[in-house]
Amino acid sequence: MNLDIGSGLTIALILGVVIMVSALLITVERRLLGFWQERLGPNRVGWGGSLQVVADMIKIFTKEDWVPPFADRFSFVMAPAIIMTVILLSFAVVPFAPNIGVIDSNIGILFILAMASLGAYSVMLGGLSSDNKYALLGSLRAAAQMVSYEVFMGISLLGVVALSGSFNLRDIVAAQEGLWFVIPQFIGFVIFLIAGVAESHRLPFDIPEAEQEICAGYHTEYSGMKFGMFFVGEYLGLVLVSSLITVLFFGGWHGPDFLPPVLCFALKSIVFIAFFILLRAAIPRPRYDQLMTYGWLFLLPLSLINLLVTGAIILL
Amino acid sequence: MKKIFTLIKDTLLSQMVTLWGVFMKLFDRKDTVEYPDEQPYMFPRWRGRIILSRDPDGEERCVACNLCAVACPVDCIALQKAEMEDGRWYPEFFRINFSRCIMCGFCEEACPTNAIQLTPDFEMAEYVRQDMVWEKEDLLIDGTGKYHDYNYYRIAGMQIKGKDKGEARNEAAPVDVRSLMP
Repeated sequence: MNLDIGSGLTIALILGVVIMVSALLITVERRLLGFWQERLGPNRVGWGGSLQVVADMIKIFTKEDWVPPFADRFSFVMAPAIIMTVILLSFAVVPFAPNIGVIDSNIGILFILAMASLGAYSVMLGGLSSDNKYALLGSLRAAAQMVSYEVFMGISLLGVVALSGSFNLRDIVAAQEGLWFVIPQFIGFVIFLIAGVAESHRLPFDIPEAEQEICAGYHTEYSGMKFGMFFVGEYLGLVLVSSLITVLFFGGWHGPDFLPPVLCFALKSIVFIAFFILLRAAIPRPRYDQLMTYGWLFLLPLSLINLLVTGAIILL
Repeated sequence: MKKIFTLIKDTLLSQMVTLWGVFMKLFDRKDTVEYPDEQPYMFPRWRGRIILSRDPDGEERCVACNLCAVACPVDCIALQKAEMEDGRWYPEFFRINFSRCIMCGFCEEACPTNAIQLTPDFEMAEYVRQDMVWEKEDLLIDGTGKYHDYNYYRIAGMQIKGKDKGEARNEAAPVDVRSLMP
């Protein structure tokens, strides 16, 4: 067994590490949110609260796994599976380091965009099959939010694709050898950041779940490990978006020579994960018509202009 | 156009300032007190667990006047008056149901003899609800509580064995109404 793209060991490692990191984020997020709200956060279990994730996992695994009798059983059970599968599949094309990755696909970005669109099915099916008014409202909002952000999310990435001349994420990273794309594509980066928050249903764009307004939105009726899958799926999405930002705009594994490439990648991703948690701590949630207005009337034209200008500069 | 600038100002600048402000909270002192490891300072006038105090001579201060039970808004105090041979009144039983008590301190304000007092102790959780009902022997303490010199029977004009009318501190001898000649 050797560590190479697509080898069994690499795939197992990536799967394990990604899920472990997402589970750990449950604790890390609670702790960081605590610090940013002048609290301490959970610090009782293990050293400085480090084993809190174990406690959470034991709790979530031993809870009753209950399917409401009024729910549409098949899609109710399918929905959490879809979100986990889809996001884990997206990790297949992420280039963690020159020799670490699952596949070297030349349609990497398209694959990730397609998977992100499929992820919306999970949220919509989950809400619809629950047969609960809050869940239905949540999935309605998820559908509205999806059509708003996915358009400019795709367009904001086209600048990067135009600059590197490839849909392959490894080629994109290689093209950033000298200059990270965050400098020529700053507007694209900001737009993708906003779209990424919306894609992973995180605050300030967690409109489909919005605890204060509609209970827990689409996963109101979920309990036990099914809820856990939605929960971990959210953190998986967070890790995915952070690593995508690293890959697309911050040079992936490029960094100082004394650091191994995979560590460079991890450090950059961790910064973005922390930034997403900071966003959650700081920014209030907009109404969903505000998000739609903002997306269609401001970010979509902005991303189009960005693409136009990038194209013009490349042609000149 | 103006609308777009306002939008940019509202969405970017304002959010950036918020993000920075919240990020700097990371280095602030945390407000959390890690309670069981770190005991908070309780002020002497904190209204916590209720006690019954004794006078400087070591006798019970409570004279079973029932004023605390009347003042109690949740009716958590129950007591029964009894009398000693020397004429002193005392509660035969004195019962406080702490599962009802709201620590309002009205009983302390109503008490004419400073017997019932509230203390800064607040750790009163029990596993069995019945354990929240405290009897007189649980409530009585050996000391005088917050008022060290007060002794009701030395000050008040009530007659008990060994102290007749007019013999209390600062008390004039009783007036014989029949001797008052016009």
